[in-house]
Amino acid sequence: MTLVALDNIGVKFPVGRRTLTAVDNVSLHLAPGETVGLVGESGSGKSTLGNVVAGLQRPTTGAMRFRGKPMDTATTKAAHKEIQIVFQDPFGALDPRMPVSAIIAEPLLIQRIGSRADRAGRAAELVEQVGLPRDALNRYPHEFSGGQRQRIAIARALAPDPALIVADEPLSALDVSIQSQILNLMRSLQQARGLAYLFISHDLAVVNHLADRVAVLYLGRLVEVAPRAEIFAMPSHPYTVALLEAVPRIGRRHRRAVGIHGEMPSPLDPPPGCVFHTRCPKVQAICRAEEPRLEPAPGRPAQSAACHFKS
Amino acid sequence: MGSLFILLLLLLFVAAATPVAHWLGVDPYETDLLSQYAPPSPEHPLGTDDAGRDELVRLMLGGQISLLVGVLSTLVGTVIGLTIGVVSGYFGKRLDAVLMRFTDGMIALPLLPLLIVLGALDLTKLGFSAQFAHSGAAGFWRVVVIVALVDWTGIARLTRAATLALRERDYVRAARVSGGRAGYIMTAHILPNVATPLIVAVTLTVGRVILFESVLSFLGFGIVAPTPSWGNMLNNAQELVTTAPALAIYPGLLIFVTVIAVNFLGDGLQHAFDPRSER
Amino acid sequence: MKRFLLARTGQAALVLLVMSFVIYSLIGLMPGDPIDIMIASNPGATPEVVAHLRAIYGLDQPIVLRYAHWLFAALHGDFGYSRTHSQPVMVVLLPALWQTCKLMLTSFILSVALAFLLGVLAALKPGGILDAIVSLFAFAGISVPVFWLALVFILIFAVTLHALPASGISTVGDGGFVDQARHLILPVTTLALANTGQFTRFVRAAMIETLRMDHVRTARAKGAGEGRIVLIHALRNAMIPVVTVMALSFGGLFSGALITETMFAQPGMGKMIYDAILGNDFNLALTGLLFATLVTLISNLLADLAYGWLDPRISL
Repeated sequence: MTLVALDNIGVKFPVGRRTLTAVDNVSLHLAPGETVGLVGESGSGKSTLGNVVAGLQRPTTGAMRFRGKPMDTATTKAAHKEIQIVFQDPFGALDPRMPVSAIIAEPLLIQRIGSRADRAGRAAELVEQVGLPRDALNRYPHEFSGGQRQRIAIARALAPDPALIVADEPLSALDVSIQSQILNLMRSLQQARGLAYLFISHDLAVVNHLADRVAVLYLGRLVEVAPRAEIFAMPSHPYTVALLEAVPRIGRRHRRAVGIHGEMPSPLDPPPGCVFHTRCPKVQAICRAEEPRLEPAPGRPAQSAACHFKS
Repeated sequence: MGSLFILLLLLLFVAAATPVAHWLGVDPYETDLLSQYAPPSPEHPLGTDDAGRDELVRLMLGGQISLLVGVLSTLVGTVIGLTIGVVSGYFGKRLDAVLMRFTDGMIALPLLPLLIVLGALDLTKLGFSAQFAHSGAAGFWRVVVIVALVDWTGIARLTRAATLALRERDYVRAARVSGGRAGYIMTAHILPNVATPLIVAVTLTVGRVILFESVLSFLGFGIVAPTPSWGNMLNNAQELVTTAPALAIYPGLLIFVTVIAVNFLGDGLQHAFDPRSER
Repeated sequence: MKRFLLARTGQAALVLLVMSFVIYSLIGLMPGDPIDIMIASNPGATPEVVAHLRAIYGLDQPIVLRYAHWLFAALHGDFGYSRTHSQPVMVVLLPALWQTCKLMLTSFILSVALAFLLGVLAALKPGGILDAIVSLFAFAGISVPVFWLALVFILIFAVTLHALPASGISTVGDGGFVDQARHLILPVTTLALANTGQFTRFVRAAMIETLRMDHVRTARAKGAGEGRIVLIHALRNAMIPVVTVMALSFGGLFSGALITETMFAQPGMGKMIYDAILGNDFNLALTGLLFATLVTLISNLLADLAYGWLDPRISL
């Protein structure tokens, strides 16, 4: 059974008299224990989609289901416990006026789970699980480094024993040496608890380490979704191809990047037809007129792409 | 920190009222028309007032009232301003627009005339018993409430601005993901983080409120005799100026010193909290 | 620009309308009503007579209806009769308004001039001795009870030195320009000093900020004289926020004017409102308060306009 299913999600914001389409008609699902990497440039709508899953953003169109059920009052309540979030900036994610023990126990307090002593015990357990000393509990966020704060944020997210953590660029603000530590922590926690991650990142190398499946967003549209191995071995959408070529990899000669030319168009004024046609190396007349549908690539049923000329 | 020291001295001064009255053996409420405007003497270190009461002890007692009104009124005003500011900033949109137009409207009003009208209201017409309406307690609470009613706008605006910034912080969003409702987020995250800028504004409000109380009581719409306050001790100032000029000086000087100390304290706090602000 | 002006005027009109209702209701809550005052001088009135009188004056009607009647008349320029002056309200009010405007404008100009002088001097060397003295003076201005300051001035200049008159606007039998001016000196100085403190702090803060800005540092690097830097480059930029804040606080001068007029027995709006409330002169108090609100609203509106006009970055 799927944990989270997104059905034709659209998110639109009014900007003055115009409308900004942040997410357009995206369908995606997550199984229990699975990690889905959500990749795209800034402005691609990946964070907005993460907010929808976390319950921070109401979709304008479409609907989300949690464990097969629509998001009514009861399901929303369950989701508040089962879905938690970790943000990019570890400096803004922790209330500077709260001691670490209170920060970690906060979801339990909000959910009214356990007694005060239970919650303190749980915070003590979690602080060790994320690799921080016990005496961190009585200290305040400003006393910690970025990586340590991200550990605290993860411990907080783990407190109500969730089924899914939405991780919105959790590594981007950290030093490279710290990134791998946090990545390893997230992976070991997943194995121990059967957690699912919606892992939002612009860094395909990081996604390659963690994700089971990868979903690529461009200008609010889902352009490709496939198992990790397939997408890295044989990307189907020209945009994915370009993204992968931009990733520096050890043991591979730096080829002349085919790359992507130009800038992503404004989400206030998306191009007609295929949204990628303004920058696509394979562009044809049909791309300017007709929007391609997300369909399996020829001979690869698990790999879908939205392109008239998928490889 | 000099201002803090002066404020402590003032607190000691007003707290000493009862012991000093006892020690001098004077009753600050008993009128003695035979010893009107007596010059300073061992029994009356600052002389007596127009009703023959000991001026020093009345200054101490009046200070208790003036300071208490200052603190209580600021407290009430802060609660009003905080509530309006947080609600306006957190919920935004329509509610914010309505509340902020209301606040702007309040700011545009001539405060003192409004305070005088409020001070002149007949409490019995508002459903209070005649006994309460003419008691000293009613006079006291009336001043506290009406000054609070007109002086909350600054705090409301400050709180709103801070709330607008805070509600988009990641820790607030994380709390919402975990199911935290507006009430929880406001009390657990927003209020503690608004506290710092608020302390400065509240301190400055205390100074302003003490001035409001004094002028209201002076004009006869605030604290009324026989309860002394620094304002109403100057009630018959026009007469004092010619007969006993010193009596026209003392209460005002105490108000002046108190308010300037409070304002310096607020300014000091401002620089302590925000080192970037110019000094 | 036109739209902004219309919107703000509409907003101000709305505030005025709401305030007129609030003040009308509040005045109704003050002790005594016109009938009480009538029967106070006529002990023979029976309850029937009183009820009849209330009906004649419409005082038995609900407040909203009475307000509607008042508003209708007021919109036609009829603000009723002043009880204590036995004259139409407008006849009493207009000279008082003129008197108050004289007091407010002169003291406003005086305090603005003083504030610019002191603020600029203090900003030249922040933390210096001059700055400390000016700051102390500014804090004193903010913290002093205006009525007490007036008292001290009366004590010094009128009672002790006999140098200036303590009350009124002219001496009986004189009334020339010099005489009138002499009567204005103490009230104007009191009111001006009370506002100079706040204004000085505005000027000082704005000047310190602009003196740090890049274009001022560029001017200094180019070797421009210090006087030129301060006057041309810094002061001009510091003017914008300062003038706005000052204009915004013009309305606030009204509270100070009320106190000053009461202390120095000046027949202005403030004293008129104060006496009207004390004397149960409802029509006069109500109209006076509304005009006071109107003055505040108009000065705020002008401040907004001045801001848009002075700062080219704000297009209205």
